[in-house]
Amino acid sequence: MADINNGYLLQQLQEKFEADIISADEPYGMLTIVFDKNKIIDLLSFLYNHTELKMQFLTDLCGIQYPDNEGKEFGVIYHLHSLQNNLRLRIKCFMPKDAPQISTVTGLFASANWQERETYDFYGIIFTGHPDLRRILNVDEMDYFPMRKEYPLEDQTRTDKDDTYFGR
Amino acid sequence: MSNIQISPPPAGIEGQGFFATKIEEAIGLARANSIWPLPFATSCCGIEFMATMASNYDLARFGSERISFSPRQADLLMVTGTISKKMGPVLRQVYLQMAEPRWVIAVGACASSGGIFDTYSVLQGIDKVIPVDVYVPGCPPRPEQIIEGVMKIQELVKTESLRRRTSPEYKALMASYGIE
Amino acid sequence: MQQNELDIANNTETKEYTTLNLGPTHPATHGIFQNVLTMDGEIIVNSEQTLGYIHRAFEKIAEHRPYYQITPLTDRLNYCSSPINNMGWHMTVEKLLGIETPKRVDYFRVIIMELARISDHLVCNSVIGVDIGALTGFTYVFQLRERIYDIFESICGARLTTNIGRIGGLERDFSKDTFKLIKEFLVEFPKIFGEFTSLLERNRIFIDRTVGTGPISAERALNYGFTGPNLRATGVDYDVRVMNPYCSYQDFDFTIPIGKQGDTFDRFMVRQQEMLESMKIIKQALENLPEGKHFANVPEFFLPPKQEVYNNMEALIWHFKIVMGEADVPKGEVYHSVEGGNGELGFYLVSDGSRSAYRLHFRRPCFIYYQAFPEMVKGSTISDAIVAMSSMNVIAGELDA
Ligand code: SF4
Repeated sequence: MADINNGYLLQQLQEKFEADIISADEPYGMLTIVFDKNKIIDLLSFLYNHTELKMQFLTDLCGIQYPDNEGKEFGVIYHLHSLQNNLRLRIKCFMPKDAPQISTVTGLFASANWQERETYDFYGIIFTGHPDLRRILNVDEMDYFPMRKEYPLEDQTRTDKDDTYFGR
Repeated sequence: MSNIQISPPPAGIEGQGFFATKIEEAIGLARANSIWPLPFATSCCGIEFMATMASNYDLARFGSERISFSPRQADLLMVTGTISKKMGPVLRQVYLQMAEPRWVIAVGACASSGGIFDTYSVLQGIDKVIPVDVYVPGCPPRPEQIIEGVMKIQELVKTESLRRRTSPEYKALMASYGIE
Repeated sequence: MQQNELDIANNTETKEYTTLNLGPTHPATHGIFQNVLTMDGEIIVNSEQTLGYIHRAFEKIAEHRPYYQITPLTDRLNYCSSPINNMGWHMTVEKLLGIETPKRVDYFRVIIMELARISDHLVCNSVIGVDIGALTGFTYVFQLRERIYDIFESICGARLTTNIGRIGGLERDFSKDTFKLIKEFLVEFPKIFGEFTSLLERNRIFIDRTVGTGPISAERALNYGFTGPNLRATGVDYDVRVMNPYCSYQDFDFTIPIGKQGDTFDRFMVRQQEMLESMKIIKQALENLPEGKHFANVPEFFLPPKQEVYNNMEALIWHFKIVMGEADVPKGEVYHSVEGGNGELGFYLVSDGSRSAYRLHFRRPCFIYYQAFPEMVKGSTISDAIVAMSSMNVIAGELDA
């Protein structure tokens, strides 16, 4: 049996998804691939069911925004972990800002449910097929997606701040 | 030997077999030493509040032995922790359910002013939704500080006039928060 | 909710369900989250959680603050064991910058983190007792927690929101006093802990209430992303300290306690055992504490001590540079995880070379595993659900970010 490491993992992925891997990299020892967002389910279920890799643990799911990356403004980042082989993989999928949609992975990982809701809450990324895509942390009446870079951090209703002292 | 201290009686006229004082002061004395706090513990400060209640610091020494988890039987609302905008209405609701006379103490920087969280989701101080009597600074305040805050409340309770809650000033204050 | 979901009752049409609102300020929820329970008599048919009641926008703040100012934010994530979060964050940045810390720093960190783990587990376990009605244990262990706070205080000056350490090390060496306090704690801990243990561990009522309460299978737990003591209670021995050793954990000899059924009793016992293991680790760290510096040699990131800043030109320049954010940070992305009080606490940091994070995401273990709660309590009584909830140790600060 071959050593199960980043090289083997990448080779397996390239064999299967040659055309869909946009780029692959290994920052700080974790294999990172940028992947076609339409094939994410195929990729994850391939990794899940792979007899050797057994990437069956979704460590983390989060969103990211690059406002200047035209056509690829929004991203979703998956961190997978194979507990048997102690191997981690990071997958990034990018999507344009007028159609921030990606299919949900709740079918494979129950843990993705709230993490996707959180990502939706923060960035407005739509996870198609999600059983219950609502805001989770913010109030339901909120009409914007606060983590997007164009929205300010500070509370705009604050009255007790005199900006002249802060050079703002 | 026990070192229990009996709190000094209010000023009054004493004679053989009788003691005359103002009812206001007698009531104030009784109230101040039997405050039932309602801990509205949301986050980190709540843990310090737990420490205050627990064996080492023991808030019970100040007459607040019984924590009332129901707002209807509580005298003192202790808001310990961050109050987000989502939580604001709940806090207000709890305050409204408390019976008069009621006091409020804001424990920690978050409850007092929003603290380090000057963000879109955090209420910038609970005095935006309910009136506050005592603010305790700190992030989190040490248990000693929380106890001091409670003692300040005791002071207020002791000296409060019985008519205060029906006075026009008080009504105006409530009205400014939209509370009838 | 659809009728066909309610498969517990065989006769769904004629049954009437009560909706019970537990929270957000219910005393039994230890924190602020709401559970809307659908009840059939006293049996929970379904529950739905609302969260976000103390959402404080950590991730957004982190995008606006320099790295060293993010440490205080991490304090407030899981505030029962803030030092672990602080250290985790520092190690993440160190990984990004490629800083190697001296062994002494690692050992100090291990001591601090294990103390924090003990204090975290103490709260959780004593609170399980409180929810069952055994308040006595709580008063016992809060004494112990005060001892731990004393130690933290002598290290960094704060009790709860510690903000211990710096990027690249600790702000100062442990003082004599600190060592004394830790040694005292090591002697005192087994005694009080023993009493606490004897109050609960073999207590008939406690066992009756906790065995079989809120169980979850290993398979489901993994699917739900459980980590930490809650996962180990189901029998999976995943521990970040062993799987991906950080901070020289490989130097220490300890075992990972695991449970079998993943019920409340197992979770309780796993935490109990882990505290003893933590004691072992602290003892080893103290015995083998290497000599050396308490910080790495990275003047461009490690804030110099204040005396130096006032008396030494070079230190002043570095101080100025760090505070004004002029040190070069490499671009890149890094994920680092530590074993927090509740499980794998991960930091995913994307740097664009500026002084603050471009994106910082916290993998908050509570947030991920609390999703399983409806599945765990379905079909049990409400009093069992409360116990199951406290044994999961959901910390609102971590849950809501
Ligand atoms: S004041 Fe500080 S310790 Fe208290 S709730 Fe706010 S952040 Fe937490």
